[in-house]
Amino acid sequence: MSLQEFFAMGGYGFYVWTAYGITLAVLAANIMIPVMQRKQWLRRQLLKSKRKEG
Amino acid sequence: MFLVPDSVVRFFHRMASPPHFYALTERLMPWLSAIFILLTAAGLYGGLYLAPADYQQGDSYRIIYIHVPSAWMSLFIYTVMAAAGAIGLVWRIKLAEVVAISSAPVGAGFTFVALVTGSLWGKPMWGTWWVWDARLTSELILLFLYLGVIGLYGAIDDKRVASKAVAILALVGVVNIPIIHYSVEWWNTLHQGPTVTKMDKPSIHVSMLIPLLLMALAFKFYYLIAMLQRARVEVLLRERSAQWVRNKFFGAAS
Repeated sequence: MSLQEFFAMGGYGFYVWTAYGITLAVLAANIMIPVMQRKQWLRRQLLKSKRKEG
Repeated sequence: MFLVPDSVVRFFHRMASPPHFYALTERLMPWLSAIFILLTAAGLYGGLYLAPADYQQGDSYRIIYIHVPSAWMSLFIYTVMAAAGAIGLVWRIKLAEVVAISSAPVGAGFTFVALVTGSLWGKPMWGTWWVWDARLTSELILLFLYLGVIGLYGAIDDKRVASKAVAILALVGVVNIPIIHYSVEWWNTLHQGPTVTKMDKPSIHVSMLIPLLLMALAFKFYYLIAMLQRARVEVLLRERSAQWVRNKFFGAAS
């Protein structure tokens, strides 16, 4: 099977790859959002505690 | 607690303590991620490359490898969420409350994915993006239940109170779970009936079944990773004035 054939998915490429793309986006977002939230929160707390000390 | 040995009780208390939970999940994360990546790679290789095209649906059926595991997860996570909510409601275990609310966005994500991938599969196969049949409608209601849980939790400031409210809503919504599962048998739906869970003889070839089960297992690990990441944030926010948080992140001085 050539790479081109693989991506064509027998003519259903649009449906198959859109489905996989959206899935990837949702799954990635659900990991990245909490990781970013935690980092943001820690950064804000560190700033606050520094301000108190300073 | 004459039935449960003391060491077991102590084990659970230790496990459920926020500092221990935070440290443990940090250590678990690379392992969970590695298993998830390996399972996904194997599942996608098997499903997108090794497995043959379907004799009726051609290559469009390959959406099954994300659609069906997502739909399974949408039901599984809801059940976990409701069970954790109930445990929090009865025994007031903080960690159960955290697990319940941290499951909601992950479950909502999978429900959304199940609906969208189903739509993208339905268009070429049924000729329509959407029909109001029992399976699709009950799955859409599931999405609204998840969003309701997330919204309700956000609307109440006291998170212990919010957890109670959310648990009750989640428990009421459990009635929808068997409806989704049996909808294709109870009603005449455009959505096809079960192919895998017919235990006597699954009507799917083994070369298609194995990648499907690999993806289902991969998504279970994904759920653990995503839910635990949420739970870690939730624990930090709830415990922000606790001594262990201050010691861990801001030194003994603060």
